[in-house]
Amino acid sequence: MSIEPGKYVEKGVEWLSTNASGFFDAITAGIGGVVTGIETVFTILPFWLVILLLAALSYYLPARGQLFTKKGWKAGGGMAIFTVVGLFLLYAMGYWEQTMQTIALILASAIIALAIGIPLGIYSARNDRAEQIIRPILDFMQTMPAFVYLIPAIILFSVGDVPGVVATIVFALPPAVRLTNLGIRNVPKDVVEASRAFGSTKRQLLYKVQLPLAMTTILAGVNQVIMLSLSMVVIASMVGAGGLGQEVYKGILQADIALGFEAGLGIVILAIILDRITQNLGMGSKMNQEN
Amino acid sequence: MSDIQVKKLNVIFGKRKKEALKLLEQGLDKAEILNKTGCTVGVYDVNLEVKQGEIFVVMGLSGSGKSTLLRCFNRLISPTSGSIIMNGTDILKANDQELRQIRRKNMTMVFQHFGLLPHRTVSSNVAFGLEIQGLDEQERIKIAYKTIETVGLKGYEEQMTGQLSGGMQQRVGLARALATDPDVLLMDEAFSALDPLIRTNMQDELIQLQSKVKKTILFITHDLDEALKLGDRIAIMKDGKIVQIGTPEEILTNPADDYVKAFVENVDRGDIVTARSIMFENPASIRIDHDGPKVALRKMRKVGVTSLPVVDNDNRFLGFVKDEEMAALEHKGDVKMSEYMHAKKEVMAVEPETPVAELLPLFLDNIYNMAVVDKDKRLLGVVVHSSVIGEMIRKDQQEVVKIKEEGGLVL
Ligand SMILES: Nc1ncnc2c1ncn2[C@@H]1O[C@H](COP(=O)(O)OP(=O)(O)O)[C@@H](O)[C@H]1O
Ligand SMILES: [Mg+2]
Repeated sequence: MSIEPGKYVEKGVEWLSTNASGFFDAITAGIGGVVTGIETVFTILPFWLVILLLAALSYYLPARGQLFTKKGWKAGGGMAIFTVVGLFLLYAMGYWEQTMQTIALILASAIIALAIGIPLGIYSARNDRAEQIIRPILDFMQTMPAFVYLIPAIILFSVGDVPGVVATIVFALPPAVRLTNLGIRNVPKDVVEASRAFGSTKRQLLYKVQLPLAMTTILAGVNQVIMLSLSMVVIASMVGAGGLGQEVYKGILQADIALGFEAGLGIVILAIILDRITQNLGMGSKMNQEN
Repeated sequence: MSDIQVKKLNVIFGKRKKEALKLLEQGLDKAEILNKTGCTVGVYDVNLEVKQGEIFVVMGLSGSGKSTLLRCFNRLISPTSGSIIMNGTDILKANDQELRQIRRKNMTMVFQHFGLLPHRTVSSNVAFGLEIQGLDEQERIKIAYKTIETVGLKGYEEQMTGQLSGGMQQRVGLARALATDPDVLLMDEAFSALDPLIRTNMQDELIQLQSKVKKTILFITHDLDEALKLGDRIAIMKDGKIVQIGTPEEILTNPADDYVKAFVENVDRGDIVTARSIMFENPASIRIDHDGPKVALRKMRKVGVTSLPVVDNDNRFLGFVKDEEMAALEHKGDVKMSEYMHAKKEVMAVEPETPVAELLPLFLDNIYNMAVVDKDKRLLGVVVHSSVIGEMIRKDQQEVVKIKEEGGLVL
């Protein structure tokens, strides 16, 4: 006798692809739409405007509240310059379109992962039972090598951006759930008690107390989701997702060192910019809490 | 608003509640029940009545179940059994909707660690209860500003709460609780986290505020001095049970058991124990125009005192007569007692509510005993010097008598 769990998973996936194809077609269309939508916005805008907008954002977020002061410049100036130089470099190397594709893929994956992960995190924060069930699933999702997700993704969603995004979502989802859950559970007990004692409904408690106080932690989750999405771009390109990841993958297949290096450099630049921007998202609420 | 009645209230934490309750009724104690069922007894068989407009203090050591008991009133904790009747209905039977209404309109709470929203300003914290009720912003901020003024925080309305000191934060907590104009305030160790000096201030201000707002206040503390100062009545808790309920004075003069005694021993009683509790009631007295020196002397000998109070026909206190003077008059025949009565020079009568600490200095220039009279000057009792001293040095009557006999106390 032998136990073959892989067989059952395979059977399950096959069953899904034959019996629920309509459902997966709908998901494919939906995700595809989100990706193309974002991509269209970024490619329609002239490159210099995109660069300026991103540079402005990377200046504005850390320098909030002291925009036109020396301090503000110290906090955000360096990053703004880096954004301009880095993105212009990518443009000059001829990778602009791929860069925009990658940004669209990352944003689409991250937005969907957050749209699923944050509510799930809220739910598991309010329900110990749910947390007990969700936690091991998240552990499993994160420890499973990301490549493995590609196989069912390709069967259910064929090739292209969509299976890439799906695999990315699965891989990047856990921190959104975890940190939302953590943030809400860490809201001081007596603040929650106070809110209940004044007759708030569960909804009022969530929106007026728990979410505002958990915001810093939730935004740390947003940062992690985006960084994990970025780390998936090369892997996702193996199932046909486009962008810089695909260039790296081509470089690997063709043993083209120059191509691999340039596209890889592009990913690093994007990583630094996205990391800084999303890291500073939470600064505002953190400052409020400390004051 | 009405009084609140708590009947047979039990709170048990854990899975095997029923079993634990049964064992409790069989008389097992908290530790045994924890051992046998894994359940913690939070509150056991609490019966009490909180009167409208009083400050009712619950006092006990940490872990005695005070917070648990308090949280039953607004059901932040759900009791295992019992009832809490307010305005004719049982709070414990209210459904979610009714419960929210009670929390919004009837009862608010002040917390030991304030429980303020750190991401909001003082005024928006104070307005929180009104916001939850759905009052529009302009209205609630107006009320909040007014309430902030009553707790003495005018000028701080738009500060973030995190910038304030502990005492000020608790004023915000108090203002938040007052803003919805509830009937009942639940205060869980509200001043325990504050520095002693600020704490004393807050206690004084609460008393002052209470004289204006006249809420029914349930105040939790582990500090006897605080309990005695604030409480109109005090309930003392031990292991989830109430071991004594009484006025501060009753608790001090008549502790129900060793647990209460242990609490009471280190208290400065002088400010709390009053003339009423140490006076001899229905004392022997002389009726003016009726009793002569002979009767006076006989009465003195009988009771074993050297002076007696003199009253009129309505039992109104007039003054004292002394034994040596009575002895000198004994054979003079018809004398007017009023001429020999000491009535003018010194304070000779006090009200029953006079604290012992205030009695003592009166005795220093008064050789007589002290009469205790009501508002109409009717004689209620007599306080003797030795009782006052005894009270001040925390010995009971018998001990004082013993010390006196041994010549230790010069009177
Ligand atoms: N949620 C809970 N679960 C289990 N035991 C609890 C819980 N809350 C309080 N207790 C226990 O109930 C008892 C009374 O606690 P508490 O009411 O907080 O005491 P106090 O406020 O007098 O310090 C303690 O033994 C405590 O450990
Ligand atoms: Mg407590």
